Amino acid sequence: MIGNFPYIAVAILIGLGIYTLIFKKNLIKIAIGITLIENGANLFLITLGYRKESVAPIYTQAPEGMNMVLPTPQALTLTSIVIGVATTALILSIAMIIYNKYGTLNTDEVRRLKE
Amino acid sequence: MVGLLETGSGYWNAIIWVIMVIIIGIAILWLRSHGEEKYKKDTDQTKPFLSGNPEVSKEDSHVSASHIYWGFTEAMKNYYHPLIKLHTGNINDYSGWIVLVMAIIFIIVGVS
Amino acid sequence: MSNILTHSPALVMALPLLAAFLTPVVGRFNRKVLGWFVSIVLGLTLFITLLMATQILTNGPMIYVFGGSEAGLTLPSGYSVPIRIIFHIDGMGIFMGLITAVVSFLAAIYSLSFMQKHSGLEKYYALLLLLATGMFGMEFTGDIFNFFVFLEIASIASVALIAFRSNLSGEPAEAGFKYMVVSSISALMVLFAVGLFYGQYDVLNMATIASVMQFTQLDKIALILLLTVLAMKAGSVPMHMWTPDAYSEAPAAITMVLVAASQASLYALFRISFSLYNISLNTITVGWIIIILGILSMFIGVTMAIIQKDIKRLMAYHAISQTGYMLLGVGVGLAVLANPVALESFGIKAMEGGIFHIMNHAMYKGLLFLTAGALFYRTGTRDLNKMGGLANNMFYTTVFFIIGAAAIAGIPPFNGFASKLIIYESVYQFNPLLSIIAMLVSILTLASFVKVFHSAFLGPQLEQYKKVQEVPKSMVFAMAALACIIVLFGLFPDVIVKNLVHPAVMSLINQTNYTATILGGI
Repeated sequence: MIGNFPYIAVAILIGLGIYTLIFKKNLIKIAIGITLIENGANLFLITLGYRKESVAPIYTQAPEGMNMVLPTPQALTLTSIVIGVATTALILSIAMIIYNKYGTLNTDEVRRLKE
Repeated sequence: MVGLLETGSGYWNAIIWVIMVIIIGIAILWLRSHGEEKYKKDTDQTKPFLSGNPEVSKEDSHVSASHIYWGFTEAMKNYYHPLIKLHTGNINDYSGWIVLVMAIIFIIVGVS
Repeated sequence: MSNILTHSPALVMALPLLAAFLTPVVGRFNRKVLGWFVSIVLGLTLFITLLMATQILTNGPMIYVFGGSEAGLTLPSGYSVPIRIIFHIDGMGIFMGLITAVVSFLAAIYSLSFMQKHSGLEKYYALLLLLATGMFGMEFTGDIFNFFVFLEIASIASVALIAFRSNLSGEPAEAGFKYMVVSSISALMVLFAVGLFYGQYDVLNMATIASVMQFTQLDKIALILLLTVLAMKAGSVPMHMWTPDAYSEAPAAITMVLVAASQASLYALFRISFSLYNISLNTITVGWIIIILGILSMFIGVTMAIIQKDIKRLMAYHAISQTGYMLLGVGVGLAVLANPVALESFGIKAMEGGIFHIMNHAMYKGLLFLTAGALFYRTGTRDLNKMGGLANNMFYTTVFFIIGAAAIAGIPPFNGFASKLIIYESVYQFNPLLSIIAMLVSILTLASFVKVFHSAFLGPQLEQYKKVQEVPKSMVFAMAALACIIVLFGLFPDVIVKNLVHPAVMSLINQTNYTATILGGI
């Protein structure tokens, strides 16, 4: 019933994230773009573990005779979400410092280090 | 012997190189010691010859770092101007380059 | 002692990690002892890494299973694939581990006096220890998701360290922002590739994936993703533009550690193309892609370096250029991997040159960045137009700069010449044009360092620098240690090539050894 829909959602999310990184000029929008790519990658990891007509992989409360979805991608996704929290916090605080020193959040003006 | 590096098509030994430099250096110093000794110190005989022009002081003739290789950069102007314009410092361009290179490598590896 | 040796893979990674969390506690009680505490921890890590190196180079690769009942139990009873996180250290891994250990120890010693006037030092040292942990983890792990986790640890720690001096001006924060965006993109694409591998093969261990790999379309996509983003993190053109910004705005000791971190990403690139895929991929195409990236990096890196005015930006462009040499050497090795005759005659030598260049580059580039830091410490500026005549005041810095500049330009008898000679001679047999471009780049490297030497050190003594003295002793010690290593590696290169580099190259080329260590000969 689900079919390939989650994979199409992953492609759309990552595509939108890369579009934001290339074309949007505000530093906060770039941080949101990174979050979009990260959400796409996490969704991809969880979707990989899905098996048809299976239940959540809780070992002690498994109903008899039913399969479980794979638990390893769920562990990978949890790790990745925590890393994403640290990344987002760091990138937003650096954006705050840039706003404090430069007075602007536009990438065309935050460019003192050019070659 | 110790210190002998085998590159695929030859040999290199840094210790023999250092010994040769020392030997040739001693030979050069011995040749130099047979030079002219009778000259008057602290007169015009020891100053560099600048076609009769006065010698400029060292502070005035110092070439600062931006102007040192002027001939090289001026001759390669057509190469440097587009290259420097490409290095914009804009974060959007950094992501653009990654996507562009990934697309090119996709096409190359996908076709072959 | 044998207990320490069995557990040394976990110790080398866990010791800086634990110390990183203890550092704010130590800093709370006594600020002056903080630098010494960190130096002792990193010195201990260096000692254990050296022990591990002697063990691996005599007895073969080491594995360490986290959570197993004994350290080498990869396949518990009833399991046919390894299910736990395994650290798998072979010749190439310990080669990179030695570089990381030496570089982070010398960075801590250098920071003893370089960062003395800063506040917030406990955060600096904690981040330095976390960066060392991330790098060790990247180089030792045999599990591909674990590699992603350590890559992110190293990236986040290095971003915070690059932006460390942003209390006075905004440029370090801008450099940190750019580096964070670049490393987030690369880490998330690595995560996507991990998902692709897991979805097809249901295992996360690199050796197991290598043994069941069939080169499907999805594997091709994963290879391209990993190749591009790891080359970007290593600083190869045309994705190199974050490198001058990040390397110039970080404190000098951190730049040295960042160079080693970029080389850890380069190591991951080689590990994936050689041990994960080996000859199942189209080696001629992928090899030529790596060679073209290398040639572009060499040439564009050095031509952009000649026109720079900021001393650390100039050296950062040279770091890009030297990375091109490593990519060139190993790319030639990859291109002839499927051709046993060519591999025997020059492929292995080309890879030896490239990989020997990794260690040489970490040493002399580290020394050059430390001398640039010494100049900044005494004069307060990084602009070459404002410096001049400093050889009258700073004798040791001048000598170390001459050693570093001669090494990077490839002048005998230093170590740069030995590795560049191997690269020139073996790449010439593959394609003469590549070798000629490499020699041209070497001449331009010498030219730009003559420029730096003339602007910063030669010339009459300027008014504003009459009172400049030599830098403090801990900085001189760190620079002297690197200079000794450079001179020793230059005088006795065959000892290093035979004992460290050749096992590393053979462990990359033989994929069957890599899988057999984990899967036990299946």
